[in-house]
Amino acid sequence: MSENSGTAVLDPPVTEPQAAPVRRKRKRHKHNLAGYGFLAPWLIGLFAFTLIPMVYSLYLSLTKFNLLTAPQWIGVENYTRLFSDERYLQSIKVTLLYVVTSVPLKLAAALLVAVALNRGLKALGFYRATFYLPSLLGASVAVSVMWRQIFSRDGLVNQFLGLFGIQGADWIGDPRYAMWTLVLLSGWQFGTPMLIFLAGLKQLPQDLYEAAAIDGAGRFTVFFKITLPLLSPMVFFNLVLETINAFQTFTPAYVISNGLGGPIDSTLLYTLYLYLKGFGSMQMGYASAMAWVLFAVIGLFTAVYFWSARRWVNYAD
Amino acid sequence: MPTEKHQSHWRAHALLLVVLVAMIYPMVWLVGASFKPENQIFSTMNPLPLVFTFANYVSGWTATGTSFTVYLANSMTVSICTVIANVASCSVAAYAFARLDFAFRRFWFAVMLGTMMLPFQATLIPQYAIFYQLNWINTFLPLVVPYLLAYDAFFIFLMVQFIRGIPRELDEAAALDGAGHVRVFFSVILPLLRPALLTTTILTFIWTFNDFLRQLVYLSDHSRYTAPLGLNAFVDRASGSSYGGMLAMSVVTLVPTVAVFLISQRRLVEGVATTGIK
Repeated sequence: MSENSGTAVLDPPVTEPQAAPVRRKRKRHKHNLAGYGFLAPWLIGLFAFTLIPMVYSLYLSLTKFNLLTAPQWIGVENYTRLFSDERYLQSIKVTLLYVVTSVPLKLAAALLVAVALNRGLKALGFYRATFYLPSLLGASVAVSVMWRQIFSRDGLVNQFLGLFGIQGADWIGDPRYAMWTLVLLSGWQFGTPMLIFLAGLKQLPQDLYEAAAIDGAGRFTVFFKITLPLLSPMVFFNLVLETINAFQTFTPAYVISNGLGGPIDSTLLYTLYLYLKGFGSMQMGYASAMAWVLFAVIGLFTAVYFWSARRWVNYAD
Repeated sequence: MPTEKHQSHWRAHALLLVVLVAMIYPMVWLVGASFKPENQIFSTMNPLPLVFTFANYVSGWTATGTSFTVYLANSMTVSICTVIANVASCSVAAYAFARLDFAFRRFWFAVMLGTMMLPFQATLIPQYAIFYQLNWINTFLPLVVPYLLAYDAFFIFLMVQFIRGIPRELDEAAALDGAGHVRVFFSVILPLLRPALLTTTILTFIWTFNDFLRQLVYLSDHSRYTAPLGLNAFVDRASGSSYGGMLAMSVVTLVPTVAVFLISQRRLVEGVATTGIK
């Protein structure tokens, strides 16, 4: 609407070509002032809540610190201790298992449902909203409480299995299964990547599909040879985002294990252990070292993704 | 050919229906169970209560010794303050990034994107130590003040993308009329930014209301507890008894966010689909 009125004003008569640089320079100076003026709140926050805390955290990770007394310098001892801490190694094992199972499960569910939805259904809006809701609420304590009850010994899942004469396990209380309830809870929240896939599917060029149909390609061939490669930038985006999120999962593990990571540390996700060390036993130097290792691990995963992207992510333009 | 297409439609529908039931059933069960008498909660898969009772809500509301009214009021206070702070600070920063040309702009923009990738654990401990020194523990300040200073770069990015879509001619027209940057921001950009501001409002509200770890760390008094902390206290206390009350209070803590979702779902779903949100 307003674009037209705007262009009329914009198109400046191209006179006095020499005057332009001078004006630009003066304008630039003015923008500097305004730019940093508008940027100031963010810049102050960047230093106060991100950069300074990060440097402080790096320092704390080299100290013994319990909040009440001054930090005591101990060099890299926190880092070396990490690798002889059985519970720490267990938390790494649990977290890696969680990341490499929950992320593919979530993305596969998201992709499958997105493809099924992308057929011009009448109820698309309803389906989209309903599938999205769990990812919006998933991080809440209430949903974790619900999940805990559903998978309890006489919960909904076991009642359902009972219909088929199957005696279900104590999913939450058994260290062999507790972790998988967390993975399933994450899979239940496929809504966000689904929406992103759906948006990507809508933009795929139709002529390729018509050509494939003329060639008589089957549905699976079309999916794996056309849809998936074209969608790979979205897969990449979701993969990076969901991996970072999975590494940071805290609430469901805390609620389902009563804040302990049990049974026998089988749900001791990294962030939960960090919380227990930092705020449970006030070993804040140690917890800071843990935070830096996590930071490095997430950085490593992201770097590998970006490095591998050249091989499998298809950037059309 | 038409039959095949028809058939594939049918199969897609069947798949979607199964997924739909799996998605919804737990939530329907939760709501139904919260209205069942204690002894019937685990006796049947039927989500609908045979005997309808409010007893769980009555007993659950004060079961921790502090009323859920207090928890909900605290959650609303924290969430609404965070929303206002976040919308105000992020829109200002976004205007600078999207419209103003200043030294090192590209550098700061890259830094801003970088902070989006930063795991919050990296700053959790030092922030706590700093807020402890400021005597802010057990107040809402550590939860809200960072958002006054555009702490969540994600929303800056969202708004930058949106502002870039607003025709520059509008700013320039206003500038020719003698408007300064402040006037352009308030009278040109902000009104047109409304859709992005609404998305920010909705998401910030829901995320803050459901946030747990930060509130768990900073709030220690029941009088300051938010709804997730109150519910968690209930779980700690209940373990074994009073499932009904626990489920009822779970429903109570979900109501505000679900209500916001239902009111805004169309805009929200569109926003997520086009901007790609965590």
